[in-house]
Amino acid sequence: MEDFKLMKGNEAIAHAAIRCGADGYFGYPITPQSEVMETLMDLKPWETTGMVVLQAESEVAAINMVYGGAGCGKKVMTSSSSPGMSLKQEGISYIACAELPCLIVNVMRGGPGLGTIQPSQADYFQSVKGGGHGDYRLIVLAPSTVQEMADFVGLGFDLAFKYQNPAMILADGIVGQMMEKVVLPPFKPRRTEEEVRQECPWGTTGKLPNRKRNIITSLALEAEVMENINLKLQAKYREIEKNEVRFETHHCEDADYVLVAFGSIARICEKAMEMAREEGYKVGVLRPITLFPFPTNPIKELSKKVKGFLTVEMSAGQMVEDVRLTVNGAVPVEFYGRMGGIVPSAEEILAALKEKLIK
Amino acid sequence: MTTKDIINPANLVYSKAKLMTENPMHYCPGCSHGVVHKLIAEVIEEMDIQDKTIGVAPVGCAVFAYNYIDIDWQEAAHGRAPALATAIKRLQPDKFVFTYQGDGDLAAIGTAETIHACNRGENIAIFFVNNAIYGMTGGQMAPTTLEGMKTATCPMGRNTELNGYPLKISNLLAELDGTCYVTRQSVQKMASIVRAKKAIRKAFENSMAGKGTSVVEFVSTCNSGWKMSPHDSNKWMEENMFPVYPLGDLKDTEKK
Amino acid sequence: MAKFKGAVVVNTERCKGCDLCVQACPSHVLGLADQVNSKGYHFSEMKHEDDCVGCSACGYVCPDACITVYKVKIQ
Repeated sequence: MEDFKLMKGNEAIAHAAIRCGADGYFGYPITPQSEVMETLMDLKPWETTGMVVLQAESEVAAINMVYGGAGCGKKVMTSSSSPGMSLKQEGISYIACAELPCLIVNVMRGGPGLGTIQPSQADYFQSVKGGGHGDYRLIVLAPSTVQEMADFVGLGFDLAFKYQNPAMILADGIVGQMMEKVVLPPFKPRRTEEEVRQECPWGTTGKLPNRKRNIITSLALEAEVMENINLKLQAKYREIEKNEVRFETHHCEDADYVLVAFGSIARICEKAMEMAREEGYKVGVLRPITLFPFPTNPIKELSKKVKGFLTVEMSAGQMVEDVRLTVNGAVPVEFYGRMGGIVPSAEEILAALKEKLIK
Repeated sequence: MTTKDIINPANLVYSKAKLMTENPMHYCPGCSHGVVHKLIAEVIEEMDIQDKTIGVAPVGCAVFAYNYIDIDWQEAAHGRAPALATAIKRLQPDKFVFTYQGDGDLAAIGTAETIHACNRGENIAIFFVNNAIYGMTGGQMAPTTLEGMKTATCPMGRNTELNGYPLKISNLLAELDGTCYVTRQSVQKMASIVRAKKAIRKAFENSMAGKGTSVVEFVSTCNSGWKMSPHDSNKWMEENMFPVYPLGDLKDTEKK
Repeated sequence: MAKFKGAVVVNTERCKGCDLCVQACPSHVLGLADQVNSKGYHFSEMKHEDDCVGCSACGYVCPDACITVYKVKIQ
């Protein structure tokens, strides 16, 4: 029998980090994700796996510690919530340009500004369109359950190392704070120094006589060199778009209308879908699991047979822009959202669906 | 005996450290950075720790430090070198980890990272080149710019009412329980260079002995920014910088 | 008392003619050349080689690591 535990999504992140052999966590307290570092400090992985856990003086310092650790080829991560993520953007841009793997967790709260500690999804643009300066992308995973919070830690690290690119778990405050049953991933030992040197020959592990010195940098003053770095990054992002799209559908086979939502809201959309079907409306749900790469092909395919899409978000409408770009006018794409920390109910979503699309 | 006879490997008494690469340095003629680079390379070579040393370069004139010393390097965001070094050292405790930072990087934009790395007593060495000006961006006012000193952003001279006072950051760092060694050195004369090199070696040794953070400040010149010849800059530094930033150990927990 | 005689070799391509070695030399051996290197710098050279005692002050102060010093003991 599987070993179920009951815990918060934030706690699941911490347990999973230790179990997937992470080398270091660097963070700064901010609601609603402080349980990640609290759980790690409680579990004391430095006594068991040797994982380093450090409370930094700011989110800026924490992401730059991640930069330093990632440059050594280590499996390092940080977590924060929206205002803290704004502070981390500079560091993330450097890490993306230097092509280093790391895992960043954002448990979103309502903004802008100091905003609220209630849940939100209004960091979609920041997360999937870059966020900091320059042309770069993160691999963005959007969990909707505590189980996925646990599972995406390992997946995020795997994708980050596969593409030498920062990966992000973009969760909302609901899935961070909510308690659910979860099966934690099995323990995987941390890599040895030798394994790190082999897996990451580019890491600053100390210059041995048999190799040139390794330099981790994001600086190239010559325009041609910098353009080539950008072209290489763009080619990598296209490769990620080709290989790593993840999504989930419910009852889309016969659907006339499709609700598109990520994270916790997709679960509420499932409820709205059930209510609609009870009333005789053929409604389906598409949940993007990767927000970058965005599931364009499945949405494009659906647009050939459905009458319309309703994108539901806890924001003023961010992902809906990507849905509209994908559908490209073939059928209507409407939006329903709540802001400031308010979670839309299934009834509201159904009402919006009827008002905006079914009519 | 002719000069030609003397030039013989057997008679060699001074030469470029092997760890200094062949890349010509981008610094302006006479810049103090070059001397500090050389000393760090010499110490790493003498301690035979090339394979165990990781440097963190700053943003500022020394942004390309990684081109000149043949070790592994990371190039930090502006001011964040101590944060990178913290993680590098904690994740690889058997390595010698140092940051190389200028006054703008360490004492303005990176003040928080500097103070907290020192306060945690990170077992790293911080090499701090203080030339009282932003060199790379074209000679603007730095936190360490002297009162009355002219720069591109205080063309009438630093006015303390407007710009505050020269920041004696090393004195501040010496107050922190996490630092074990804070010293102020200079590199304009043979004797001071010999002392500065000893300080660098001590900082490296402290970092491996787990004593806490070592900070070596090099009171330096920026002849381009100061608009003087290298030689006149040295004289100006001795007359104007040394009274505000006096040389010597500010803290050494070994000598209680 | 033992006497020393030295010789200085300047990597003239690396030298930027900053003059610090010239000023640092206690025996006034060095000076800047009339010629320039490929970057246009008047590089440092021995003007009075007989006076060099191999003290290495020039090498220590050189920011560009372009000076090599040799020294022999003579009676």
